[in-house]
Amino acid sequence: MSEIVVDGDPLPFVEGQTVAAALVAAGRVAWRTTRVGRRPRGVFCGIGVCFDCLVTVDGARGQRACLLPARPGMTVTTREDDDE
Amino acid sequence: MSEPVDLVVVGAGPAGMTAAATALAGGLRVVLLDSGTALGGQYWRHPPEHARAAVPTDDLHHGLGRYRALCRALAAHRSAGRLDLRLAHHAWSAVREGDGFAVHVVDRRDAPRETAAVLRAPRLLVATGAYDRQLPFPGWDLPGVLTAGGLQALLKGGGVAAGSRVALGGTGPFLLPVAAGLAARGVEVVAVCEAAHPRAWLRHPGPLLRNPGKWAEGASYAATLARHRVPVRPRTAIVAAEGGARVTAVRLAPLAPDGSPRPGTERRVEVDAVGVGWGFAPQLDLLVPLGCALTESADGNAVAAVDAGQRTTVPGLYTAGETCGVGGAALAVHEGRLAAWSVLADSGAAAPAPANRARTAVRSAVARQRAFARAMALAHPVPRAWPAWLTDETVVCRCEEVTAGAVRTARADGAHDHRQVKQLTRAGMGWCQGRMCGPAVHCLTARGRAYEPAERLVATPVTLGALAGLDEEPTDNAEPDKECS
Repeated sequence: MSEIVVDGDPLPFVEGQTVAAALVAAGRVAWRTTRVGRRPRGVFCGIGVCFDCLVTVDGARGQRACLLPARPGMTVTTREDDDE
Repeated sequence: MSEPVDLVVVGAGPAGMTAAATALAGGLRVVLLDSGTALGGQYWRHPPEHARAAVPTDDLHHGLGRYRALCRALAAHRSAGRLDLRLAHHAWSAVREGDGFAVHVVDRRDAPRETAAVLRAPRLLVATGAYDRQLPFPGWDLPGVLTAGGLQALLKGGGVAAGSRVALGGTGPFLLPVAAGLAARGVEVVAVCEAAHPRAWLRHPGPLLRNPGKWAEGASYAATLARHRVPVRPRTAIVAAEGGARVTAVRLAPLAPDGSPRPGTERRVEVDAVGVGWGFAPQLDLLVPLGCALTESADGNAVAAVDAGQRTTVPGLYTAGETCGVGGAALAVHEGRLAAWSVLADSGAAAPAPANRARTAVRSAVARQRAFARAMALAHPVPRAWPAWLTDETVVCRCEEVTAGAVRTARADGAHDHRQVKQLTRAGMGWCQGRMCGPAVHCLTARGRAYEPAERLVATPVTLGALAGLDEEPTDNAEPDKECS
């Protein structure tokens, strides 16, 4: 099984899964905090429409985890205020 | 491909795949693009081709025979150099240019790296489908609460169930395949809450009787649900979700005929995930800025107005599937074929016109299934009194965290549609551009009129870096896509 790196920790994924699917498969449904209410958010629409699942990937901010295929060695950073 | 293309098709779901295959069979050169990494759209969502052994999803699908036949046809045209297939390409704008169209796309095959490109053709066919329509409720922004479509997308696309005890709620037949798919993967589906009463279908016996395939499909899901002992609760809604870092419970309430929760009847059920959906909202982002006329659909959505051949009011612009009114995959396939026939006729293609008998058969299937879609919309309405379950603190706009109280204040201050609410409260101004909250804000302020989405000039975010790197001339020399079914 291949791995991506999420906030410094290895996360396994099955070839073909998105970053969101890999996170959900590991039991994580929240990985972002909202700007105003500091609410936890993760995947909601799952098809690229709602933008709740934003992550930073290999330094590129604002990536929709539900659309992005996981690739071995990909570095994912979940951070607060990614919606700014 | 070095020769000019005749047609760009945006969206490779049932409608777009059929339209592209039909146009190709008629001798046209076609570009087919989709934001996904595999052919199929949402209905036939698949993992990328190379990953299908690792993520088996065949048993979750319906009509796979047709899907595979379309994949084979498209692959053959691609080998022959007549189809330019662009997966993982996001169309962010389509504009008129001379006698044709320019579709601005970002190539995200190497995401997060983006490469901009422009695809041009004299004719454009938009088959962008739809996404789940949402109604807010207290706790709907808790992690673990997903759209029904999102639960299914994770399951079909990645083989992942988002929870082990799941409640589903909303309205419409789509809740049934989602529940059946989860149950088939060992998830305990604790309730399917359907706001409508099945009796509502009895007001439309004609469309039901004339579409036996539809109720056969429904019966197969019902059998799966019965086998897994999944309770389906008619005229019931999920009126609240509870939890902290993750949803831990939902509150279910039987509904009065107007859709308001019956007082004192709420029941609390522990769950670790929730799926919600109230029908679908068509994806009109590319069509609206092109100026195509809209019309009202029975489900309360504004949809693209088309003639009997799927032509919009903009010359050279065609659309098929959910953009013309939510009606399901079988209808989308027929409409895709009709649209491609129109493209062929309007292009003066050398291919012989389809036999009258074939055309009549497809048109009558479309009429029959449109009538079914209308009956479905009327039998599964957004309940009139749904705002009864909102508290003033309930988040309505997830992106800008605008509450129901703020929307009500804006309405009291004179806002009478979602655009004015947006100006007063920022609802709809965030990342999703009102795609999630738009229909709900519309219901809260302008009920009785069709919901027309805001005009979005940029249909999907695109980085300035990608645009700066846009090489205007050789738009068609990009490395061919490796991925094809």
